[in-house]
Amino acid sequence: MTASVSITLKVNGETVSADVPPRMHLADFLRERLALTGTHIGCEHGVCGACSVRLNGEVVRGCLVLAVQADGAEVLTVEGLSDSGEIADLQEAFRNRNALQCGYCTPGMLLTAQELLAQGGVPDRETIREHMSGNYCRCTGYQAIVDAVETTAAARAAARG
Amino acid sequence: MTARNPLTALDRPNSYIGRAVPRPNLTRLLQGRGQYVSDMTLPRMGHVAFVRSPYAHAKILGIDVAEAKAMPGVIAVVTGAELAKVCSPWVGVLSHLKGLKSAPQHAIAVDRACWQGEAVCAVIAETRAQAEDAAERIFVNYEELEPVTDMERALEPDAVVIHPELGDNLAFERNLDAGEVDKAIAEADAVVEADFLFGRHTGVTLEPRAIIADWNPGEGRLTVHQGTQAPHMMQNIIAKHLDLEEAQVRVVCHDVGGSFGIKVHVYADEMAVAALSKLLRRPVKFVADRIESFNTDIHARDHRCKGKIAVKSDGTITAFVIDDITAIGPYSMYPRTSAIEANQVVNLVGGQYTNMNYRARARVVFQNKNVTCQYRAVGHPIACSVTEGLVDLAARAIGMDPAAIRRKNLIPDDAYPTGSASGLKFEALSHHASLDKLLAMMNYDALRAEQAELRKKGIYRGIGLATFIEVTNPSAAFYGVGGARISSQDGVAVRLEATGRIVVQTSITEQGQGSEAITAQVTAHALGVPMERVRVILGDTDNTPYGGGTWASRAAGIGGEAAWQAGKALKANILAVAATILQSSADALDIVNGFVVDKGTDAERLPLEEVARIAYFRPDTLPPGFQSELMVVRHFVPRQYPFAFTNGIQASYLEVDPDTGFVTLLKHWCVEDCGTVINPQLVDEQIRGGIVQGIGPALYEHCRYDENGQLTNASMADYLVPMAAEMPDIEVAHVVSPTLESELGAKGAGEAGTAGAPAAVVNAVNDALAPFDVRITEIPMTPEVILRALGKV
Ligand code: FES
Ligand code: FES
Repeated sequence: MTASVSITLKVNGETVSADVPPRMHLADFLRERLALTGTHIGCEHGVCGACSVRLNGEVVRGCLVLAVQADGAEVLTVEGLSDSGEIADLQEAFRNRNALQCGYCTPGMLLTAQELLAQGGVPDRETIREHMSGNYCRCTGYQAIVDAVETTAAARAAARG
Repeated sequence: MTARNPLTALDRPNSYIGRAVPRPNLTRLLQGRGQYVSDMTLPRMGHVAFVRSPYAHAKILGIDVAEAKAMPGVIAVVTGAELAKVCSPWVGVLSHLKGLKSAPQHAIAVDRACWQGEAVCAVIAETRAQAEDAAERIFVNYEELEPVTDMERALEPDAVVIHPELGDNLAFERNLDAGEVDKAIAEADAVVEADFLFGRHTGVTLEPRAIIADWNPGEGRLTVHQGTQAPHMMQNIIAKHLDLEEAQVRVVCHDVGGSFGIKVHVYADEMAVAALSKLLRRPVKFVADRIESFNTDIHARDHRCKGKIAVKSDGTITAFVIDDITAIGPYSMYPRTSAIEANQVVNLVGGQYTNMNYRARARVVFQNKNVTCQYRAVGHPIACSVTEGLVDLAARAIGMDPAAIRRKNLIPDDAYPTGSASGLKFEALSHHASLDKLLAMMNYDALRAEQAELRKKGIYRGIGLATFIEVTNPSAAFYGVGGARISSQDGVAVRLEATGRIVVQTSITEQGQGSEAITAQVTAHALGVPMERVRVILGDTDNTPYGGGTWASRAAGIGGEAAWQAGKALKANILAVAATILQSSADALDIVNGFVVDKGTDAERLPLEEVARIAYFRPDTLPPGFQSELMVVRHFVPRQYPFAFTNGIQASYLEVDPDTGFVTLLKHWCVEDCGTVINPQLVDEQIRGGIVQGIGPALYEHCRYDENGQLTNASMADYLVPMAAEMPDIEVAHVVSPTLESELGAKGAGEAGTAGAPAAVVNAVNDALAPFDVRITEIPMTPEVILRALGKV
């Protein structure tokens, strides 16, 4: 077994240090070491998007990034985004539209949608669908998710005036 | 105020039935603060990795575990033979499926592996990674046996018999002959035949199967945290095979990351986890990785069905004939069996039409592939695709419009109660109202005109219709009569807390459908309290009434009615206390918005917390002999009809590129009738999600096996599922024919989408390609299948 590696990173604003095996991916690190289980695991091969987290401002797949690669990085998970209130309106839109059933895809969906919404403007449905097309949902059929993202985009645009 | 006519009550406070109220449990899930079994950790918990057979059929000659046992973190290595000492095998048969046979199945294979992926040895270690490392150092000495993979070959006299003691590979056969089929065919103006092929596919729940078993030798109790739809069924089965009393087993179901029927079965590896915990006297966790999910989550479908339809030139359908064969893997799944799907196909074909001449044969065959069993819409997509595919072919043969031939043959809306040629009983359906509504919604005539216009420009668009019936609210007829200890009734306990809040315990379970929400809605409505005051507890055999759980579209219809009855009963009991306090009569009082009020004027008399305060803390002030009962339990099970059938119709509009074989979905519509709609948003989202789960296997989803029984696409990269970009917007509408078996009148809606979507899409593709005179009756309709039909590859 390869020796553990020491890493220090900021997760949801808190600095954490840990010794991790080199093969441990970021999603497992968040879930198993930090008990941040809002980052889900659906495939561990980079396809389903359930493990999406924000790494240094960019949405990445937690199962494709090794924990050691996140050394020195800033990581935001769905828990952090919830506590900061950054996506409160998006979460409310998901709730009102029932844009989740089992909720397992939801953290990844929220992170991915927020990435699109942060670009500003009101994307059309096709753009939303394209942007979300790396995130599996087996429950909803996607339409409610598209609706919730569209509603949030429109509301944010209106608020910007 | 009754639930039967909720619209008149909508202006009253607490009128939740019929309203799109958001689900109370969503906030938690939206913050990533749900608790799925895969998220859980218990003290001293060991993690299992299974060594799985790389062969479809092989004798296990020996297992060398020495190196694995010495690996870091390893707690134990356990073989099938060792585990068999604490976990007895089972046989997946039901007595009402006459002649169904299967062989004993062990939690871990003992001397023979019968499909690629069957567990042959378990390693338990401190981490999953360590368990996997050690599993790689286990050396199994196999003797490869000839695999039986093709279902028709499996029935040939010289085929290898997978379980020699059973005599052959035929697990089950059913034959049905109703009316005068031969005469009808002889007198028909057109007879059309087609062979329908349905690929194997699977559920791909986003959270894989997950279980933690925690045997506490001090208590003599096994607590099982499991993503399951049927906790009481699991409690019974785990107890039975681990030689425990049922009272020694508690099954707790937390948040479940998708289920769709995948998580209602007894999986050998999950039984192994329960047994391992007992053996090792500590908690043991197993979460399937994605490859294990593809190799061991039940698969579904895999049918070949020859169909025939006879029709008169005026469009009257005069006969249906089917010959269906399906392969189910090496064992019939336990305890629901793997013969139900074929049985449903026989039951359902042609059931929406007036024709009474029907002949059917279904054969269920063993083979060396992963097991198949009940997955969302069990049998319905096959029955619907065969029926509606044949109806379209008949329409084409006599030159009739697909909508017109359906209108001609669908059972009239005023014909109920009535039945089908296969003996199904229908209480009240609405095929014609649904068809009319759908055609109006999609603007059928305009769409046909557009299609004709575009065709001139070389653009090939198609419209596909699919009418369907759906089995919901199953009574004991489904499993209980066959000897399975699976409750067909559900129970709800409701109590008034001292704070005036309401706690509801229900035996139905939640996997995202909204069981918790509809339970809260119905109870709050029945009681007359704000929904926020209601807390629902479900998914725990220690803390809910005994019941069936959530499967076969039963939660709203059965569990919802139990909640309604329990809510009404508690209301009566609360009013009895209030009447005593107020020296009034219960008849003169009502509950509105959490207050006891004067009936008629709604003048507030007492808040519920005051009733509770007096009942709990000052019962001395109540008259002698008066006992308040502020907790009640009610159960419900349908008795009059074995199933509450629902009906509906779907339409697909799509474009096919005849050069590439690519299908672009443009729009999808569904009108369905699930009786009283408790929460329109939740019903619509069940329909939408279900439709997409039906579109998946129609176009993409396929478990592809080679001739040696090797699954060749066991990864999400290779097994395609519908993604946001390819899916169309889906319009949903309803016709409401309540069932009179319950006061609520609700029927199920969870499977309607999946039942009809494949047929609608296949019919639309065939409609699009009509100018090329091809017909495709195989799913998934990949570009290759389409190009092959067009003669381009
Ligand atoms: S778990 Fe990372 S993409 Fe699926
Ligand atoms: S809500 Fe279940 S996977 Fe999306």
